[in-house]
Amino acid sequence: MKYLHLVWASLFRRKTRTLLTLVSIIAAFLLFGLLDAVRTSFDQAGHSANGAQRLQTGSKLSFIQTLPQALHARMLMVPGVKDVTYANWFGGAYQDPRNAVFSLAVAPNYLDLYPEILVSDAERKAFAATRTGALVGERLVERYGWKIGDRIPLQSTIFPNREGSKDWSFDIVGIMRSGDQKNSAFFDQMFLLHWKYFDETTPYNRGQVGWYVTQVNDVNQADRIAQAIDAISANSDHETRTQTEQAATAAWMKQLADIGLIVGSIMGAVFFTLLLLSGNTMMQAVRERTNELAVLKTIGFSDFSVLAMVLAESLLLLVLGGLLGLALASVIIPIVSANSGGMLKLPPVGAGSWTLGIALMLLIGLLVGALPAWRAMRLNIVDALAGR
Amino acid sequence: MTKLIEIRDLSKVYERGKQKVEVLHSINLDIEQGDFLALMGPSGSGKTTLLNLIGGLDLPTGGSITFEGRRIDRLPAGALAKWRAAKVGFIFQLYNLMPMLSAQRNVELPLLLTKMNAAQRRRNASIALGLVGLADRAAHKPTELSGGQQQRVSIARAIVSDPMLLVCDEPTGDLDRHSAEEVLALLRALNSDHGKTIVMVTHDPKAAEYASHTLHLDKGTLVEQAAAAAA
Repeated sequence: MKYLHLVWASLFRRKTRTLLTLVSIIAAFLLFGLLDAVRTSFDQAGHSANGAQRLQTGSKLSFIQTLPQALHARMLMVPGVKDVTYANWFGGAYQDPRNAVFSLAVAPNYLDLYPEILVSDAERKAFAATRTGALVGERLVERYGWKIGDRIPLQSTIFPNREGSKDWSFDIVGIMRSGDQKNSAFFDQMFLLHWKYFDETTPYNRGQVGWYVTQVNDVNQADRIAQAIDAISANSDHETRTQTEQAATAAWMKQLADIGLIVGSIMGAVFFTLLLLSGNTMMQAVRERTNELAVLKTIGFSDFSVLAMVLAESLLLLVLGGLLGLALASVIIPIVSANSGGMLKLPPVGAGSWTLGIALMLLIGLLVGALPAWRAMRLNIVDALAGR
Repeated sequence: MTKLIEIRDLSKVYERGKQKVEVLHSINLDIEQGDFLALMGPSGSGKTTLLNLIGGLDLPTGGSITFEGRRIDRLPAGALAKWRAAKVGFIFQLYNLMPMLSAQRNVELPLLLTKMNAAQRRRNASIALGLVGLADRAAHKPTELSGGQQQRVSIARAIVSDPMLLVCDEPTGDLDRHSAEEVLALLRALNSDHGKTIVMVTHDPKAAEYASHTLHLDKGTLVEQAAAAAA
C-alpha cells in the first residue's frame, strides 16, 4: 500500500493518454457487462417454468415446424390448464419489404390470455365479426397514419393467398394499446389477424398452428403442466416443447444463431483490441520513464520492486477501468430492460459476471504489464541514466 | 580517520559491439570516513565510471571495492540495491526528480524502502527539506522549482535515509554560479557538520575548491598515482 501513491502518480503522469485508455477500458467492460447479461438471460431462460402464468408450446424440432390444431382440445384437458390459445406467424410488410409489420394470425380467444393488451369491447366485437378484420398496435397506427376503417394491404413474406399472390388485405377494426408499458410495450407494434381467415386462405396452412399459449391456474404447477402437455405428443411426428414465453423467445433466437458464440466472438475481439491498446499505453509509459525507473533503482529499489510497480500500474489501470465499466453496466442494464417494453429482460450484473470480469481485468492487466515490467526490471542503471 | 572505502587494482572495460574499451585501469584509492573528495578530469577520463563503481551502480571488470570492510563488487544485484539504499545517497547533474511527485514525496522515496510508517516518513522528509532550506516548498512539484531548488530537493532525497556516503555527479553542472555556490556550501556543511563522506565528480575547479582534496583522472588512470609511479 505504501507504494500506491507512487503507482498512482506514475499512472496519471500523462493524464490525457491515461484517461483515453481508461475510457476504452470502461467501454470494453461496459460492453462485457451488457453482453454477459444477454448471454446469461439466454442461458437462464427456461430453466424452470414455475412462476410463469403463461406457457408457450412449439415444435420440439424447430420453430418453423407447425403443430396440428387438434392439439388444442387435448391441451385444454390437462389438469391445471385454465385456457389455451394459438397463433401463427404471418410476417407481413407494408408497401415496402423494409417496413416489416410484426403480424400474427391468432385464435378468437387470443386476447383473453393477454389482458395487458387493451382493446375496447366494441372493437373486440368488431374484430370477432369481421373475417378480414385486424387489430393494430397504436404505434403502428401512428407510424403509418392508419385509422379504423382503413383497408390495409400487407405483403406476407411467406404465405400466398388462394390466388397465389402474397398480397393480402385487412380491414382495421380496432386499435391495441399496451396496459403495461414496462413489460408489454411491444404489443403497441403488433398486427393481429384471424387465424381462421389465414388458415382458410393460404394453401400453405391446413389446420396447423405455429404455437400454443397456455394459461395455468397455479403458477407453482407450471413445470408439471408443461411436462403433461409435452407428454401428449411424445413419440409422435409433432413432439412439442413447452416452456415460458421468455424461454421460447430465447429458444427461437438460439435456433437463429449461437448467442454464446456471438457474444464470445464480440468480446474476444473487444478484449484483443483492448490488449493492444492498453499494452501500447503501458509500453509508451515505461519507455518515457526509463530515466525515472533508473533513478528508483539507483536509490535502492530492487529489480523485483520495479517489476512489481509496473505490473501494479497496469493492473490498477485495468481494474479501475473494468470496475467502472461493470458498475456502469449495472446501472444501465435495468434502464435498458425497463425501456424495452418487456422485449428484453436482462438480469442484473451478478456475482458470476463480476467474478469473470475481475478475472479478465487481472489477466489482461498482467498480460499488458508483463513486457514493460520485464524491460523495467532488466533496465541497466548506468545505461539508462546516460540515456543509452 | 577511519578508512571507509578501499579500492584496489580497479579496472573497467566496456564492450561496444566487437570493440573493448578500457575506461578505468588499475585504480588504487582509499577514501577516509568524513572525506570530501573531488574527482576531476577531462571528458572520457573515467570519472563518472569510477563514481558509478563507488556508488554500486555498476560492477568492475577487475579489482575490488571494499566498503567498511565488505566487498561490494561481489554482492548480488538484490543485496547491492539494499546496500545502496542503506549506505549511499546520490546527487545527479540533472537532479533526476520524479516530475509527477511533490518535493515532499520525492524526498520520501528512499524511505519507502525502510520500515518507517507514513507519519515517520513525512516527518523525516520534512526535516531533510528543512535542512536544505526548502521546508516551505514541500508541496511544489519539480517543474514549479528553480534549478537550484530542484538540486536542493535532490540533496534532501540523498540525505533523508542518513547514508554514510554521498555520491555527486556534476551537482552544479546545470546551475548558475549563485545556485552552484549555495549547493556546494550545503554539501560542505553536510560534510563538516554531519560527517557525510562525499565523492564529487566535477569539471569546475571552483567547485573542487569546496572539497578537502582533489584527485585527477586521465585516460582511466589517477594522475597522482601515475606521477608517483613514474617518480
